Amino acid sequence: MDKIDFKIKRREFFGKFFFVAVSVLFPGALKGKKDEKGHFVRNTLREVSWGMGIEIDKCIGCGRCADACKKENDVPPYPFFFRTWVERYIILEGGEVIVDSPNGGVNGFKPRAEERKIIKSFFVPKLCNHCDKPPCVQVCPVGATFKTNDGVILVDSKYCIGCRYCIQACPYGARFLHPETRTAEKCTFCYHRIVKGLVPVCVEVCPTQARIFGDTKGRASPLVRFMRMNKIRVLKPYLNTEPKVFYADLDMEVK
Amino acid sequence: MDKLIEHLWPILKQITGYIYPNEIELHWGILIVIYPYITGLVAGAFILASLVKVFNVKEVQPTYRLSLLTALAFLIVAPMPLLAHLGRPERSLEIFLTPNRSSAMAMFGFVYAWYLMAVLLLEIWFEYRRDLIIWAKEGKGLKKWIQRFIALFSTDTSEKSVEFDKKAVKAITVIGIPSAFLLHGYVGFIFGSVKANPWWSSVLMPIVFLFSAIVSGIALVLLIYMVVTLVRGEELDIVCLDKLASFLFYVMIVDFSLEALDFLHRLYESEESIKILAQLISGKLFTSLVVIQLLIGMILPLIALASVKLFKLPVELRKHIYFVSTLLIQVGIFATRWNVVIGGQLFSKSFRGLTAYKMTLGGAEGLLVSLGFLILPLLILYVLVKILPPWQVKVKISSN
Repeated sequence: MDKIDFKIKRREFFGKFFFVAVSVLFPGALKGKKDEKGHFVRNTLREVSWGMGIEIDKCIGCGRCADACKKENDVPPYPFFFRTWVERYIILEGGEVIVDSPNGGVNGFKPRAEERKIIKSFFVPKLCNHCDKPPCVQVCPVGATFKTNDGVILVDSKYCIGCRYCIQACPYGARFLHPETRTAEKCTFCYHRIVKGLVPVCVEVCPTQARIFGDTKGRASPLVRFMRMNKIRVLKPYLNTEPKVFYADLDMEVK
Repeated sequence: MDKLIEHLWPILKQITGYIYPNEIELHWGILIVIYPYITGLVAGAFILASLVKVFNVKEVQPTYRLSLLTALAFLIVAPMPLLAHLGRPERSLEIFLTPNRSSAMAMFGFVYAWYLMAVLLLEIWFEYRRDLIIWAKEGKGLKKWIQRFIALFSTDTSEKSVEFDKKAVKAITVIGIPSAFLLHGYVGFIFGSVKANPWWSSVLMPIVFLFSAIVSGIALVLLIYMVVTLVRGEELDIVCLDKLASFLFYVMIVDFSLEALDFLHRLYESEESIKILAQLISGKLFTSLVVIQLLIGMILPLIALASVKLFKLPVELRKHIYFVSTLLIQVGIFATRWNVVIGGQLFSKSFRGLTAYKMTLGGAEGLLVSLGFLILPLLILYVLVKILPPWQVKVKISSN
């Protein structure tokens, strides 16, 4: 028994020795794989495609997510720039719909005095849908906005020329121009967090777990379970952008 | 940072209904209105020039060179508003160096360079080569050297070489027509291919852009021709004017029909966006769309030009009608561009509300800079006309 153990260890030892030797002699040989856009790709055991699930009935409109997002990602603290925001829908008797999002919901929502009877009211958190077929990536003239191999849409702010075609092309109003850098900005799914195994900050702070983050392809991810357990809808499906933010119990009035 | 976003606060009060919070800032302003307006003039002026060379419309010969120079003057200015509008203009060369092949906008550099280098400059060079040599021989001082340089120091004025020039001009014009269509149709495609925006997303967009371009180009050359000829104290060629006006009239009919088709199609299909678009047209866009673009810029000049065709009006009156009509058409086409570019951003993609556009006076994207971009091509044209007189060589020699 001992001998066999030792043999395996020796094999491992030689393997590691070889690895170190090669890396010392030919450092270039250990460079990571690159995808078609020349971005380094981390070798993962399975393909990952990040997405988010949002359970409308759990959202209480506290706006903690929008607030935390601004702080985490240095989003300018003005009511014109949001990576994520919360909308309030009030549907009155007779079918009239009132939608608002004061300061993106960052400060929560004040109750509205309505004279007419309210039939239903709910909150809808919004963010970049990290589309599988992103129109913003298609139109960027210099390729500054791109899709990572784990399915996240990012902007290279050192490359963006600030033409704002992507802002026009986004059907969801998820992009803005940063007033200081003069480049396009958007939700990154907190890429700096998810590469460390954390969840996006909006998911982290949500007191009711209305937001679920995970892999849309994995078999055992919480997101896949959420998608299996709920009847889900995406925003503007007719545009064929294939969004990866999935809503459970979304009302038809939400656009 | 407070200063950078000062201009956004007052807009908050002008919003009606609900718009996505990131939509409060309207991104493509007056500079992006000017860009399609100017490229339209380029394409239109060139199409007019090609009438002479390809379709042998002899009557409009007096405006041939003028329209080429007009196209060049405006083409030189065309990329300037785009550059001024970029958030990071110092990175603009990336569009040429690392273009994203799936982007309609990335093609701009190539379409522009092709049109400038392979079409306009070449055609002007072949057209003027012989005259430049002759003028350089008779002129003196700096101008002589400029003209020699523009002729690329060519000295051959033999019949054979002039014959070759003529052939070359014709060949370039034949390539030039589809190129001019490409230049402006492409600008239409930039807007027409944005599926997120129902006001823009239309297969007719490049074609509507094209015909309105031809309308604006012919009208502008006609206007410049009238003004320049009057300033020079020469007699207006009424046969040329009548012919130009006649072409203008027919192109306007096509343009009007296309726009009407687009409108009817939207109305009849009555998609999800129809409510907010109706609100837009009857509200914030009413003056610029219905009053300026449609009534003042289209219907009024159409009636005026039609009356010239229907009734035998005296020459003087015809000249006045042409002058006023072409002026109105310019205003109308500018409003057309405005309504496409600004109009397309005034409504929310949530289809639930409207925002406002506040133009600033100063700043890179302000009114003053914009006026500069509209005046600059005329100054360039003035210089071009001084170096490359578009009128008959005889006149030039006798005045020397």
